[in-house]
Amino acid sequence: MGDPRPGFWRQLHQSIFRHSWLDTPRNRMLAVTSNVLLHLHPVNVRRHGLRMRFTWGMGGLSALAFTVTIVTGVVLMFYYRPTAAHAYLDMQNLEHEIPFGMFQRNMHRWSAHAMVIMVWLHMLRVFLSGSYKKPREFNWSVGVVLLTLTMLLSFTGYLLPWDQLAMWAVTVGTNMAAATPLIGHQGPGASLTGVTESTDLRALLLGGPDVGDPAILRFYVLHCVFLPLILSVGLVVHFWRIRKDGGISGPDS
Amino acid sequence: MSDPRPDLWGRRDLVTATGWAAVSLTALGSVGAFFRLLFRRAPVRPPSVFQAGAPGDFRPGTVSDRFLEEWRVYIVRQQDTVFAVYAKCSHLGCTPKWKRQADKFKCPCHGSGFTAEGINFEGPAPRPLDRAKVWLDRNGELVVDVGRRFPHTEWHHGDASVTVPGTVG
Repeated sequence: MGDPRPGFWRQLHQSIFRHSWLDTPRNRMLAVTSNVLLHLHPVNVRRHGLRMRFTWGMGGLSALAFTVTIVTGVVLMFYYRPTAAHAYLDMQNLEHEIPFGMFQRNMHRWSAHAMVIMVWLHMLRVFLSGSYKKPREFNWSVGVVLLTLTMLLSFTGYLLPWDQLAMWAVTVGTNMAAATPLIGHQGPGASLTGVTESTDLRALLLGGPDVGDPAILRFYVLHCVFLPLILSVGLVVHFWRIRKDGGISGPDS
Repeated sequence: MSDPRPDLWGRRDLVTATGWAAVSLTALGSVGAFFRLLFRRAPVRPPSVFQAGAPGDFRPGTVSDRFLEEWRVYIVRQQDTVFAVYAKCSHLGCTPKWKRQADKFKCPCHGSGFTAEGINFEGPAPRPLDRAKVWLDRNGELVVDVGRRFPHTEWHHGDASVTVPGTVG
């Protein structure tokens, strides 16, 4: 189709992108729809979708913060060992000995804080603008799950520096889990289900009687693999549903 | 052509239902197995018994934090008794610190206060501190088992405190 490039480069381009490189309206559309990363975004954006002050972009910013924590988190994993003997020193090494370690750790920490704040603001905005209403009821529910996963990611990451704050914050947090109805040994209905101190939700989280080696390993696995995996799947559904439910919500929808 | 038995399950329905039942059972079983896997068969029980020395080593009216770091107990000596206060706050499990000047245990997490006996008197703690099992061995030395603990409802138990030899006739 009039592509001026030599055969090899044309073939290389077309093996990756299924449309030619000519700047036509059709190819512009195909560039978005035929790309796995870009196709989440609509080809055509409605006018209100460009207005910052309806959504404040909080959903997108939450996703951006999540992406930053993923990238910096993977970097931190190169130096961090989740054992009581190593965790605190590895964290200190990252801060003071590893080049850019402090930067990576702070990026991770601040974007995690930002993610929590923006996820809450996102929920507040969706609530205040009534965007949870028909046909978006299901996506609201998915969002509630994502909110919960965000909080769990924050909680599990809290323990990993293994300093005094981490230790006692998670001691307190897991003792609160012991008061969960039915599945916590100090919670209401514990006698009904028969859970004991060593078989309740707290024991499940800690893997032992107190915050120790098994707990740090469990929190590490939950924080680095289990929860991000579920959250990523949930994000895919969440984004996909936005398109299926009529695009980004606006004042007229 | 009308189905003569429209309300009955056909052969295909039965096979389909059986298939889904098998898939569901396998999935449910896997989830159950995963949660069972997270509770080990032989929970690790660290050593819990230690020798704390002669009861007379602890002066009357004092609270000793000598074994706090290693065993998480305070040895409290009153006029004629000794008992071991387990240093785990009854609120949410932090370690209360003995404040000698203020004559009380104070929890750093949410500010619960306890008397030297372990009685809660301020802050959110809902009940007194537990006491660890104590007894005297044949040499008259104090032995503590932090693995056996008495909530305040069991403080009258014989092993919740020991009488210091020579103090009461």
